[in-house]
Amino acid sequence: MCLAIPVLIKSIEDKEAEVKIGGITRRISLWLTPEAKVGDYALIHTGYAINILDQEQAEETLRLLKEIAEAEEKD
Amino acid sequence: MKFITEFRRSELAEGLISQIHRKSKTPVRFMEFCGGHTVTIFRYGIRQILPETIEMVSGPGCPVCVTANADLDKAIALSQIPEVIIVTFGDMLKVPGSHSSLQKVKADGADVRVVYSTTNALEIAEENPTESVIFLGIGFETTAPTIAASILQAEERRIKNYYILSMHKLCPPVIRALLDSGEVKLHGLICPGHVSAIIGSHPWEFITRDYGIPCVVSGFEPLDILQCVDMLVAQVENGESRVEIAYRRGVRPEGNREALKLMEQVFEPCPTEWRGIGEIPDSGLKLRKEYQHFDAELAFDIDPGPTYEPEGCICGDILRGVKTPADCKLFGKVCTPEYPVGPCMVSSEGSCSAYYLYGGDFEG
Repeated sequence: MCLAIPVLIKSIEDKEAEVKIGGITRRISLWLTPEAKVGDYALIHTGYAINILDQEQAEETLRLLKEIAEAEEKD
Repeated sequence: MKFITEFRRSELAEGLISQIHRKSKTPVRFMEFCGGHTVTIFRYGIRQILPETIEMVSGPGCPVCVTANADLDKAIALSQIPEVIIVTFGDMLKVPGSHSSLQKVKADGADVRVVYSTTNALEIAEENPTESVIFLGIGFETTAPTIAASILQAEERRIKNYYILSMHKLCPPVIRALLDSGEVKLHGLICPGHVSAIIGSHPWEFITRDYGIPCVVSGFEPLDILQCVDMLVAQVENGESRVEIAYRRGVRPEGNREALKLMEQVFEPCPTEWRGIGEIPDSGLKLRKEYQHFDAELAFDIDPGPTYEPEGCICGDILRGVKTPADCKLFGKVCTPEYPVGPCMVSSEGSCSAYYLYGGDFEG
């Protein structure tokens, strides 16, 4: 029920944004994420952006997991 | 970066699995609180891939599953009032109450409509000004701010025929209740990712402080779960108990301040009943006095009558992590996703549904 999916914000008008989900354009609410910008990836839950995803943190996590995978391969 | 496929890469999963197998020495039991995590764990066969030292149990983190029969009976009673439109998320439709389900009353002529978002519920209210539109407010901290936002939008747009039945539940109090009961011994908790996207990671600190149980907030892709398990194993083996975040792209320690602000503006905590667990203080949300004119329970006079639980159903024990669907006599025989007896089979995130769809750890 707490399902939220990452979507790219295409455009913003007032407290609404246009996003594409699986090829379909939808309007979502930005009431909970006034900081949202065009080009951000937002976590969408029941038609609301509940958070803006942090690209740097995502890359950092993947870099860490890659290091683990490389270290484990050597062992 | 699309934030999905990157976190399903098998070569990265292999590294984590290898590290978990190498590091895990102590026998432990970890609980995934959230039904969304249960689904990821079953869908990707994560239980089977973990070393024998790690036992995983599912928790009560499915809002549909923990909705009390008494609350469902209220929703069904409201649906019988003339000129009332019940608006709900689809998850609730098939859940059996004491005597009926929303799906059955809809088939019998009640006006029950399924929406994807509260924004659709507001549109229905505007399009039907002579009817009363009641939205069934279920969900944890992830969903409650969206319901709060709908109340504020209704005020802004002067929508007078929009009401909610607040059945919201808060996660930290139920975890405390589970741990206090002592029924299930845990060595680590996988904390819910999207609840934490709203409330942050600080509200879990009581679990490490008061119970010494390591906590890691996880995302919903297979790499997220594996990384989370790896971090829990590291804490256990190092004798630590801290709150960590394995889902840093989606969760900040302080949470979403705007969402918390709206939720606190509209709602205040209240005691509420959890199916299979009982009443827990300050674990529900009710509308604050300023917003009580949106409260369906105050606006309409209903008498749902006495409640009863389906005979033989052990959803309550499953929700507390005390039993598994494999222990249930009804599972897969009388109770299936097509004809569910209990809520854990109805919801796609319920333990019974996950066992049914992906196969559980049945032993003989």
